[in-house]
Amino acid sequence: MPSEQPQYLYKYRQVPGIDDIDVYLKHEGYNAVRKALTMDQEAIINEVKLSGLRGRGGAGFPTFIKWNGIPKNWDKPHYLVVNADEGEPGTAKDRDLMNALPHLLVEGCIISCWAIRSKACYIYIRGEYIQPARQIQKAIDQAYAKGFLGKNILGSGFDLDMYVHMGAGAYECGEESALMSSLMGERGMPRHKPPSAPLPVISGVWDSPTIVNNVETIATAVPIINMGGAEYAKVGTGTPGAGPASRGTKLITLSGHVKKPGNYEIVLGTPVREIIYEIGGGIKNDKKLKFFIPGGSSTPLLPPEFLDTPYDYEALGKTGSLLGSGALIVYDETVSVPALMTRLMHFYAHESCGKCTPCREGTNWLVKIHDRIMAGGGRPEDIDLLLDISNNIFGRSFCALGDAAAMPLAGFFAGKGAIYYFREEYEELIRNGAGGKKRAFAPLQMAGV
Amino acid sequence: MLTEEVYKKIDTLIAKYPTKKAALLPALWVAQAANDNWLPREAMADVAKYLGLAPAYVEGVATFYTMYNKAPVGRHHLEVCHNIVCMVVGADELIDHIGGKLGVGRGETTPDRKFTLNTAECLGACANAPCMMVGDTYYEDLTTEKVDEILADLARK
Ligand SMILES: Cc1cc2nc3c(=O)[nH]c(=O)nc-3n(C[C@H](O)[C@H](O)[C@H](O)COP(=O)(O)O)c2cc1C
Ligand code: FES
Repeated sequence: MPSEQPQYLYKYRQVPGIDDIDVYLKHEGYNAVRKALTMDQEAIINEVKLSGLRGRGGAGFPTFIKWNGIPKNWDKPHYLVVNADEGEPGTAKDRDLMNALPHLLVEGCIISCWAIRSKACYIYIRGEYIQPARQIQKAIDQAYAKGFLGKNILGSGFDLDMYVHMGAGAYECGEESALMSSLMGERGMPRHKPPSAPLPVISGVWDSPTIVNNVETIATAVPIINMGGAEYAKVGTGTPGAGPASRGTKLITLSGHVKKPGNYEIVLGTPVREIIYEIGGGIKNDKKLKFFIPGGSSTPLLPPEFLDTPYDYEALGKTGSLLGSGALIVYDETVSVPALMTRLMHFYAHESCGKCTPCREGTNWLVKIHDRIMAGGGRPEDIDLLLDISNNIFGRSFCALGDAAAMPLAGFFAGKGAIYYFREEYEELIRNGAGGKKRAFAPLQMAGV
Repeated sequence: MLTEEVYKKIDTLIAKYPTKKAALLPALWVAQAANDNWLPREAMADVAKYLGLAPAYVEGVATFYTMYNKAPVGRHHLEVCHNIVCMVVGADELIDHIGGKLGVGRGETTPDRKFTLNTAECLGACANAPCMMVGDTYYEDLTTEKVDEILADLARK
């Protein structure tokens, strides 16, 4: 049950008015900032290292390595940029966190900036999130008023300014180098990363060292400092310090055909079955589970035989899928896989920024073939063509958006995606052309484009 | 065509960044809000001039982002999510239902310019699907009944 899962981020999620600083302060609010300001840079980063925290935005990169990459004693400008773009279909946890617990994010930003001695923090929020942005702006204003932001924070001599920056509708802007382009007033296109990728730490926004981290990653700095990294790492899977591990808790968005969809905090390693059937209350209308998508739309789907997989980075990786951003989408027996994939391919084709050929052309090709199959004009060779195109996008696009489009169909390295598990459904549609005519797949509509 | 008030707002935005150019996205937001929620070319040109950028550059940026409207939209801009969660819990049926009630298709505006109906990609409310966004308001856990109420309510505004 959800109540048995330790709640490090959602501890005070249900407290009325917790988005207000006075209530927040009564519930350990800004204790972590007070504590962090008595610690030196090394000590904070060490706690984050001990916690085993990995980026919660999708890639799962160890957070302390990024933070350590900022040149020490760097007195020129450098930045923390918080990735609140949340565009991965299925993912709604950052919005929930910002709406319900805005001070948790602001507090996490202060700690993170102190750890890297950055005096400026930008929170890049997707354009649709006007309400969460208001919540964050209110929290920032309140934090300034109480001396947690601005000049000489709590008498420590540390100055920090924090700004909200709104995106304007582009999934690609969640990719960290595209996010930086967008923040600088450009089209949200990815940039070449230094050889030390995935680290923009040397030359990020405005050619300055920059850390880009997900909302949840940054918020997690608060419980880590409050309880200590080692204590935080007591739950989860793998042995801390001995190879890759999945320590701590993770916010997940549970959606689709479950009785109790929602955003939940779970311990990493909780079996998928427990998440769907206990936390989620089982399949809606007691239908049969057909498959689930473990980590957001770019992670390959998995059939029910994977229900006992622990929900962690390593175990999900071994299935040929990924934990991704923590968006567990559940589908019952009524769902048509080719229809779902058609919609998804339209999404990726629409969101491809157009910079590189494999992604720009490839995603549109995937759309055309899917549309043809859905309209009843599929050809037997289409299925292998879909796989071939996917495999030619995968690993060849400028940024991971191309991979994100190819993986659902053709899988990750293990090669197991929608076509592997549900090839017969594609074959049947191609054979008798049924079903597809029921619904035309309208692409995204926009005013004046 | 931009007013003094808009320029004043843009000034406060510029102060947030190390370069003027970085204020472009927020400045376009301000310009759009001041122009019935869309961006005429002249508005983009004004923003360009004020920030010291080429008009073509600003248009290039504006067209990259779906939320800058390049043509007029209705007073109430309905954007219904139809991505892979909303889709399987009835988004397409809802879009058809709304379209039927308003007499418009996807991407169209009613003749009285009160409503524009659009689809949206994952609004990040998947745990409360299906959902739609109207201006800055989210409506979640939608049903046809709920949508009818919302439409009736908006029609009065
Ligand atoms: C196409 C694309 C979209 C992405 N969208 C997001 C997003 O919305 N939010 C996010 O935090 N990371 C997103 N990422 C991952 C980021 O590039 C980056 O890895 C992450 O923000 C780093 O933060 P973390 O280390 O805290 O996870 C996306 C990546 C790609 C390739
Ligand atoms: S799919 Fe509709 S909100 Fe995510």
